[in-house]
Amino acid sequence: MNLVLFLEQTLNGLQLGVMLFLMAAGLTLVFGIMNLVNLAHGSLYMVGAYLATYFYQATGSFALGVLLGLSGTLVVGIVVELVALRTLYERDHLDQVLATFGLILFFNELIAILWGRSAIFATMPPELSGHVELIGGLRYPLYRLAIIVVGLAVACLLWYVVGRTRLGMLIRAGASNRTMVAALGVNIRLLYTVVFGFGAALAGLAGLMAGPIHVVQPGMGELVLIDVFVVIVIGGIGSIRGAFAAALIVGMVDTMGRAFLKPMLALVISPVAADTAGPALASMLIYLLMAAVLAVRPEGLFPSRGS
Amino acid sequence: MHNITRPTIAGLIASAAFSTLISAPAFAQQKVKIGFITTLSGPAGIIGEHMKNSVELALDHLGRKVGGLDTEVIYGDDQFKPDVGKQVSDEMVKRHQVNFVSGIIWSNVMLAVAPSVVQAGTFMIGTNAGPHELAGKLCNELFFTTSWQNDQTPEAMGKYMQDAGLNDVYIMAPNYAAGKDMLTGFKRYFKGRITDEVYTKMGQTDYQAELSQLRAKKPKAVFVFYPGGMGISFLRQYSEAGLRGQFPLYSVYTVDEISIPAVKHAALGQIETRYWSPDLKNPANEKYVSDFRKKYGKYPVFYGAQSYDGIMLIDSGVRAVKGNLADKKGLTAAFRKADFASTRGKFVYNTNHFPIQNFYLLKAVAGPSGQDPVMEIQKTVFSNHKDSYSKDCKMKW
Amino acid sequence: MLVAIMLLLAAVPPIAALFAQPFYLDLLRRVMIFAIAAVSLNLILGYGGMVSFGHAAYLGIGAYAVGVLAYHGIDNGWLQWAVAIGASALVAAAIGSISVRTSGIYFIMITLAFTQMLYYLGISIEEYGGDDGMRLGVRSQFTGLIDLNDPTAFYYLVFAILVLFLYLTHRLVNSRFGLVLQAVRSNEARTRAIGFSPYPYRLAAFVISGAMCGLAGALLVNQTAYLTPEFMNWTRSGELMFMVILGGIATTAGPLLGAAALLLLEDVLQGSSLLPKWVNDHWQLYLGVILILVVLFARRGLAGLLPGRERND
Repeated sequence: MNLVLFLEQTLNGLQLGVMLFLMAAGLTLVFGIMNLVNLAHGSLYMVGAYLATYFYQATGSFALGVLLGLSGTLVVGIVVELVALRTLYERDHLDQVLATFGLILFFNELIAILWGRSAIFATMPPELSGHVELIGGLRYPLYRLAIIVVGLAVACLLWYVVGRTRLGMLIRAGASNRTMVAALGVNIRLLYTVVFGFGAALAGLAGLMAGPIHVVQPGMGELVLIDVFVVIVIGGIGSIRGAFAAALIVGMVDTMGRAFLKPMLALVISPVAADTAGPALASMLIYLLMAAVLAVRPEGLFPSRGS
Repeated sequence: MHNITRPTIAGLIASAAFSTLISAPAFAQQKVKIGFITTLSGPAGIIGEHMKNSVELALDHLGRKVGGLDTEVIYGDDQFKPDVGKQVSDEMVKRHQVNFVSGIIWSNVMLAVAPSVVQAGTFMIGTNAGPHELAGKLCNELFFTTSWQNDQTPEAMGKYMQDAGLNDVYIMAPNYAAGKDMLTGFKRYFKGRITDEVYTKMGQTDYQAELSQLRAKKPKAVFVFYPGGMGISFLRQYSEAGLRGQFPLYSVYTVDEISIPAVKHAALGQIETRYWSPDLKNPANEKYVSDFRKKYGKYPVFYGAQSYDGIMLIDSGVRAVKGNLADKKGLTAAFRKADFASTRGKFVYNTNHFPIQNFYLLKAVAGPSGQDPVMEIQKTVFSNHKDSYSKDCKMKW
Repeated sequence: MLVAIMLLLAAVPPIAALFAQPFYLDLLRRVMIFAIAAVSLNLILGYGGMVSFGHAAYLGIGAYAVGVLAYHGIDNGWLQWAVAIGASALVAAAIGSISVRTSGIYFIMITLAFTQMLYYLGISIEEYGGDDGMRLGVRSQFTGLIDLNDPTAFYYLVFAILVLFLYLTHRLVNSRFGLVLQAVRSNEARTRAIGFSPYPYRLAAFVISGAMCGLAGALLVNQTAYLTPEFMNWTRSGELMFMVILGGIATTAGPLLGAAALLLLEDVLQGSSLLPKWVNDHWQLYLGVILILVVLFARRGLAGLLPGRERND
């Protein structure tokens, strides 16, 4: 196998992985701490992409677009938490799944009313367009390199916040024993709102970075949502570390599957059969991975203790 | 279970259920009723919006009278689901008792809807989907389409690339039935070497892994089919990865007037084949395009042009039978003449009620004064092209 | 209450015929088919506490069993429906043997994951239409007994199956098996303590539920005369769940009420000329809001709003 190609695909896998991680981090925290199944997490990704695109076009500055897009998503997240989700924490998963399913429909139509049903054009900042030559023969889009850098930086930041600060201590404590944290006099409601807003902003970040290379249209969130659920379930719900590991694993497995499964199958079975089986298997690969992980470890790779 | 309120509730539900039932009209009408089914919700709702707008424009042009009769158009949303489409069409045929069912974007919805509509003795005027079953063994006196057969457009591209002497072509499509049909249609006319044939996951939006593979294979040209949102992602990433300059990209149903505003310059230079374009020169099309732009402030797209044609076709038929909608034989005979001013200029019907029409080579070129790119006709690839399934159709006329 | 609804449903065909409105027969038949699927989901979700987010899988398997056999020229309804039930039960056993070990959100996600796999599998099988699906040329044949092409006969068949399933689930949840199942839902540790291992009970319920839903799939494909992997889309699973919740979980009448309410609501929101155009155009927005409000304020679902309701917990 061609080494440069393999390296390039590894970078692709890494880039997909960090995008998944940005989405998964917020979702897994909300799950772990509030015990809330939030299907509408993908809607926040969409909101982030739309707001950033809108503000970038309105202000003409990418940095300002990102900043306003992020804070906008944060605000939307907090409003959603206060208005709709707050009363759901005590409910069972069933109610949560439904109410947030309702939110998906709501947000998709709302965006369609505001921006129309067609995809909108998200501009790529000129400074990040084009590509760079990393090593001999390996040219890689600059924008995607930037995504990897931002993703890894956020991961480090999260590691620091969750592992080294007081807020992080509360988050970890909340994930393992909610009642105890509340009993110790922590304003648990405020903690919830902060965590949810934080998760929303991360989803918004993923969305706004995806905007210029993916398609910005109503319903864009659902396309990634299920993959993100796969990530947090493999990683173990409530575990940032698990989400990071699982995001990279899923990113790699998915990318490598799409790239190399068909040629590898062709070595074993007939090329015609590989043509049919390869793409089919590649699209199922991450679900197979998840089923396999759960069959062996029913609580994911890094289960958080308690609750 | 023993409760005296029982009859009350039953009564309540009964009255709720049957109030709608009684209020529904039970008499035959003195007007034309058209049930127009398309996708109006979800991401694909944009296509339905274009179709609906074009139907409305056609009605405007006809003074809101199809065939000179008062007209009612009932719109239905199939939600991109065949069983929902079937239910909506049943509702139109059985409850609203429409004279014509029209519209339908998707082949699978069409296959669920058309047979039951014609079985009920109602006309089905398709304005987009053209599955091969309906062109072949399921063809019917009551079924007409103003669009095309699925295979024709990629056939035209295959022919063009074959004639241009291109070789080592890398071909890609999403892994679903239409994707496979498109590549099959392409290969029917393209006989050169194919470097690799790649199918990607349905609904995928990140193609970086596939693009890396593509670059490593160093093809001479690339042919793809990526409709809707998939196409927008694909084109932008293709261009961003710097492949635009390296490997010329040819496509079908990937760049159109819906996707251009979201792709902008990344579409420049893109080559497509199609049977219609906003710049197609004929009086009907010029009127349609300019009035559409005036009314809705954007370029129309082929889905809309076909839907506009659909209403015009119905109009021509109803006129020919002088408003006698019960004369189904007369309507079929009139539709077969296709005696209306199509936005495609002239087209005639094949024996299977699919158009015989020209296919053109289109290129996305820079728009006037820095506006979004526009599609421009370069040359005619096929003149009077027939689909390859008409031989399976037993209809004689 | 339930008896009243059933009597009403039984009376629909003659009334619809009287008003020459056969459309209502189709609509209500569709409602009842989804009600059967919702009844099956209610068994594990309501009584068993297993939130399956992948129940649409069995709709799909039931539909494919009929469609694939018909494609190969086997029209015999008995055989088709037996295969639909059997195949669904088998797949449910396979999925269940892994999923039932997990709980909470892991259960939700793993059932979803398996259904996604089946969905992509359906898309990839070109022979059976792939993503486009395929037409069911001939409805299931029960020669001499019943003709499914007769809308009224088909209606009463669906009606009979619905009545049967309502009765069966009612019997099942009140049997020893059902009581253990409900005990596991309310307190797993205590159930273990008194000597019941939850796993076989939950797995059995999962398989029964899958098999029932498989029959609903067989009915659905006969209703639409078309089959597509779309039957297994995850949003379908969500809709089934919503029917159960909307109607009232762990109630006998709930799934039927929920299926009727959701499908009729969709029909009214998008089609009714009584509502303003901006509601028709963006009906999903309002459906979304109604979903949220139902969850927030009508916690026991429609069955909980009705007097004289009967709860089984």
